[in-house]
Amino acid sequence: MTKLKENRVPLSNANLLFIIAAVILLVMYLFAIALFPESFTQPQTFFDLFNNNAALIILACGMSVVMIGGGIDISVGGVCGLVTMSCAVFLQSAGADVGRSVLLALAIGLAFGALQGFLIAYLEIQPFIITLAGMFLANGVMTIVNSTPIRVELPAFVALFETKLKIAWLGTVNRHGMFIPCKISISMLIAVGVIVAVALLLKWSRFGRNLYAVGGNAQSALMLGINVKRTRFLSYLLCGLLSGIAGYAFLLTTAAGNVGNASGFEMKAIAASIIGGTMLTGGVGNILGSPIGALSLLTINEIIRAAGIDSNIQTIISGFLLCFFIVLQSVIIWLRDRSGGFKLQRPPWLKASLRTRDGEAP
Amino acid sequence: MQEGTVLEMRGICKAFPGVRALHNVDFTLRAGEVHALMGENGAGKSTLIKVLTAVYTKDAGEIRVAGAPVHFKSPQEAQDGGVGTVYQEVTLCPNITVAENLFIGRGKSPFIKWKGMNAGAKAILDSLGIPAMPGQQLSSCSLAVQQMIAIARAVDMDCKILVLDEPTSSLDEDEVKKLFSLMRDLKARGVAILFVTHFLDQVYEVSDRITVLRGGELVGEYVAKDLPQYELVSKMMGKALEDIDEIKNTQAAMESGEEYLFEAEGLASSAGISPFDFHIRKGEVNGFTGLLGSGRSESVRAIFAADKVTGGAVKVKGKRVKIDKPIKAMKQGIGYLPEDRKADGIIADLSVRDNIILALQVMKGFLRPFSKAEAQAFADEYIAALNIKTASADTPVGSLSGGNQQKVILARWLLTHPDYLILDEPTRGIDIGTKVEIQKLVLRLASEGMGVTFISSEIEEMLRTCSRLIVMKDRHIVGELAGEQLTQDDVMRTIAKGGRADA
Amino acid sequence: MPKALRGVLIPLTVLLLLLLINVIKDVDFLDISNVNGALYGNIPNILFGATELVIITIGMTLVTSASGGQDISVGVVATITSAVFIQALAAFGPVSWLSVAGALVVSCAVGALLGLFNGTLVAIFRIQPMVATLILFTAGRSIAFLIDGKVSPNLKNAVTTQIGGVIPGVPIQTPIILTVVVIAVFAVLFKLTNLRLYTQTVGINEKAARLNGIDPVKVKLLVFVILGICCAVAGFISVCKNERHDSVNLLKLIEMDAILAVALGGNALIGGKFNLPGAIIGAYTIEVLNRTLLRFGISPDAIKAVKAAFIIFLMIVSSPVVMSLLDKARGKIAGRLEKSASDKYGGPKTEGA
Repeated sequence: MTKLKENRVPLSNANLLFIIAAVILLVMYLFAIALFPESFTQPQTFFDLFNNNAALIILACGMSVVMIGGGIDISVGGVCGLVTMSCAVFLQSAGADVGRSVLLALAIGLAFGALQGFLIAYLEIQPFIITLAGMFLANGVMTIVNSTPIRVELPAFVALFETKLKIAWLGTVNRHGMFIPCKISISMLIAVGVIVAVALLLKWSRFGRNLYAVGGNAQSALMLGINVKRTRFLSYLLCGLLSGIAGYAFLLTTAAGNVGNASGFEMKAIAASIIGGTMLTGGVGNILGSPIGALSLLTINEIIRAAGIDSNIQTIISGFLLCFFIVLQSVIIWLRDRSGGFKLQRPPWLKASLRTRDGEAP
Repeated sequence: MQEGTVLEMRGICKAFPGVRALHNVDFTLRAGEVHALMGENGAGKSTLIKVLTAVYTKDAGEIRVAGAPVHFKSPQEAQDGGVGTVYQEVTLCPNITVAENLFIGRGKSPFIKWKGMNAGAKAILDSLGIPAMPGQQLSSCSLAVQQMIAIARAVDMDCKILVLDEPTSSLDEDEVKKLFSLMRDLKARGVAILFVTHFLDQVYEVSDRITVLRGGELVGEYVAKDLPQYELVSKMMGKALEDIDEIKNTQAAMESGEEYLFEAEGLASSAGISPFDFHIRKGEVNGFTGLLGSGRSESVRAIFAADKVTGGAVKVKGKRVKIDKPIKAMKQGIGYLPEDRKADGIIADLSVRDNIILALQVMKGFLRPFSKAEAQAFADEYIAALNIKTASADTPVGSLSGGNQQKVILARWLLTHPDYLILDEPTRGIDIGTKVEIQKLVLRLASEGMGVTFISSEIEEMLRTCSRLIVMKDRHIVGELAGEQLTQDDVMRTIAKGGRADA
Repeated sequence: MPKALRGVLIPLTVLLLLLLINVIKDVDFLDISNVNGALYGNIPNILFGATELVIITIGMTLVTSASGGQDISVGVVATITSAVFIQALAAFGPVSWLSVAGALVVSCAVGALLGLFNGTLVAIFRIQPMVATLILFTAGRSIAFLIDGKVSPNLKNAVTTQIGGVIPGVPIQTPIILTVVVIAVFAVLFKLTNLRLYTQTVGINEKAARLNGIDPVKVKLLVFVILGICCAVAGFISVCKNERHDSVNLLKLIEMDAILAVALGGNALIGGKFNLPGAIIGAYTIEVLNRTLLRFGISPDAIKAVKAAFIIFLMIVSSPVVMSLLDKARGKIAGRLEKSASDKYGGPKTEGA
């Protein structure tokens, strides 16, 4: 048998898209530094992207999970908002404590995940329409729970809210020559924890690998002995759980409930996932891509804000980016179909290159 | 029980509504042999395999694996019971690694041990000589290697019986060779292989025995080296039913003198047929024959531009034209009744009327719809003319029987008054009465000056209707028969002998 | 007529049921009063209020049929086109019937372009319609806000007020008349073109459509363009009604109502054959549902939740799994009936055709 070299392995779509995403983030950040050196060279600016947007990053993770499984979840923003509001109201009620508010957050998230997952996986209803309804349901319930802005003043929670981790070795020196260490909020820690946990889950667990298989080709996955329905159900359940966690993380960054909480986050989460290299068609994606995608979006927003441009431009540019990446994916799929289709006879030059890839020729 | 028999199927019967797919079929598979299952369209090959792998439940009969009767309830159970199946389309997941494809869905551990899995995969791949790396993404392997990995998975799951359902249909020659050497390797290890293919040469290359099915019944089991190719073809095609009717094309004389309706030179399409030349005259009925998978359907699809045309030049009535999509063929007076009625032909939820007027309506144009009365008149005319049995013209065509659906599509094209009509398997899956009606219709149309290209899996049908047959094999034209040569014998000889021009 | 009735049975039943509930709650519900020569009351208000929804639903039905998906950017497209309408009207100088018509044409052209954008993503790049339209859904209201010049411009003049309200001497509110006009335009369109045949053929069997000479890409583009124009007209009527352009709230959430109306009208959301009368009645049913919930003291925000629950219920009932279960149950019941009938009458009996 021919000895095969590891470096012959062609770049998979997932890795290609992931690298594109990482490069884009890097270029964008360098661009930001070039434009606004005094702000973007400070490490704290970068950490603040994380600190202030932990919820979005967590949602993007959940979105990536369902998208890898070949589905989509529009309700993440709605559920996140509902959790934030519910927990805020709960924490302001008599006899509340932080522990039970966390349980409440997880329970709401799991409930939505379970309901939607059941309908999509076991009743085979289109995910888009069910989760769209789920989004409106969550929105509606949120306004029923409470429709006025509410601040959380429970001392235990406020203490948690104000807790910041300092990194002693990283920071900036201010005008007065004082060293200010970088600060990390609890919500950022949660986000990092979620990313690590989900990434490990997808790489090392049976569920994670089954999820990729189901997203890649559900029919084949079934033939390979995978419980496709249960895998799909679990992916929505996980996404729901992450939405619940994201809701709490949102509360930890704002310490307030508001009707506008997390509105429009579903789109940002989808955009972050797609930019991060997760394919809408399922089966392709890297969890580490979602925070990268989210940070790319946030960096653009920061640039626009720093430049003093209208915030509406932010949304428009986000939409434009989303469009660009969706079309890019579509083109990649088209190219792949053209070369790898079962029915097509491959041109000689391609045959030769494939043979090379099998490690036989030259 | 014979020595070394691993699988016995006895008296297998299976019926679908209106069709007797298998009747009293026996099949025996011995350890360490490659056994080819052969038969034309509708012979019951895939039904037999699906009965074996429990995709279908049998109506009657017995299946024994290694002597013990088995009753598999699902493909999964069959798999666990030692019957591994590899289908024509690769049923692996393209987006995960080779090693994962070998091991996913097996075992109980909630975690993946990558190292152990990759090592296990490497051992399997090496032992079977499959040129792939465990960590490689499956989609980056060639199709043949993917097939081999599917086989390796089945073998590793301890299968004694390996069912290969047309594994070669999407592979090129080199890939087929690789696959065959793997099959021989497995054979040497005592695995019994049930092999289905449409390519005659391939059968002789690897098979020890051949079982032939025809029309859902067993024709016989033969030792491959004792059965000449010619005889195999004749057993597959069979003697047709003693003539139902005295239909015979007497139009052979039309051949000369009349003008060419359609000419093609070096026509090629994305469906992978080798470029071919073709022509048809006014009033001629000709046909593409050859076994299933020989490229006969792909050829006519290229004429109609149903697949993407990738080369060649065509002339209609002597004039150079460019036909790159179906509408252009239609505008040139060509009609095409597709092979797959359900997927390509009928618009199931629309009424019989809408289905009949569809092609003519499209040719007339988006902005010039027929009035309801006109459409109704057209529909009524053809419902009567072709004797279409439907409750009314408003009935959704999907609720009609297969034969009547076919007549509706035929009506659709007749309504456009084409000069040249292509009928791909117009008689498949329909009752005998309708078949005869359609054959008669074809001859009448030709006598009125239409050119017709006719394709059928039943050779008798083609001999009765066509005055010239183009014989195909392995996606190449291997011969052309006309006049005196139009006998079943000649057709089979041509198919059996026909080698590739470039081989 | 029974055949035509069968198609609209479900939405019509729901509609009548809702009206009945309203009448029971309030006997005066159906009263119509004459104020300054124009008719007002609950029924005219429903017809008035449903205008935009009905018009968008028509386009949505076509898009659903041909593409097997839904456009969730309809409300946003209407917001952009109406912003363009106001700017165009301002650019055309003094307001007159002619300049309003001109500005409407401009906004329709923009609607068609936006439809073409969505259609291109769906038909050429083969992206699921809901995802493709998510792009405009996201960015659209910001675009409208920029077109408005970051304010919410007012639209107060004799002409547009009459279009959004009542033309003196005409007893019926203008938007109701416009709804009828739009429906009539579509009726004529179906009469004069093969839009219905082409759309359904592509939706039911795209491959067969191509083999019969229909270009599925063109048909999909066309239906998205039509929907874009429908949105432009709806947006135009909406700003005329509100006398003000509010990019944040104009026709907010109408995509949800339109999808619901299409489904309620007996149209499969995965495309194929469509039933336009059903969808139109479905749209009116949604409007009545909204108003009924309001009358029963449910807050506008909570209505969202109720409707979402309703749509989930509708999807469950029409899901493939539940459908096949129902079919099985029906088969069993039919079998039992047949058996009992044959027991009774001593012979097998088949159901009438």
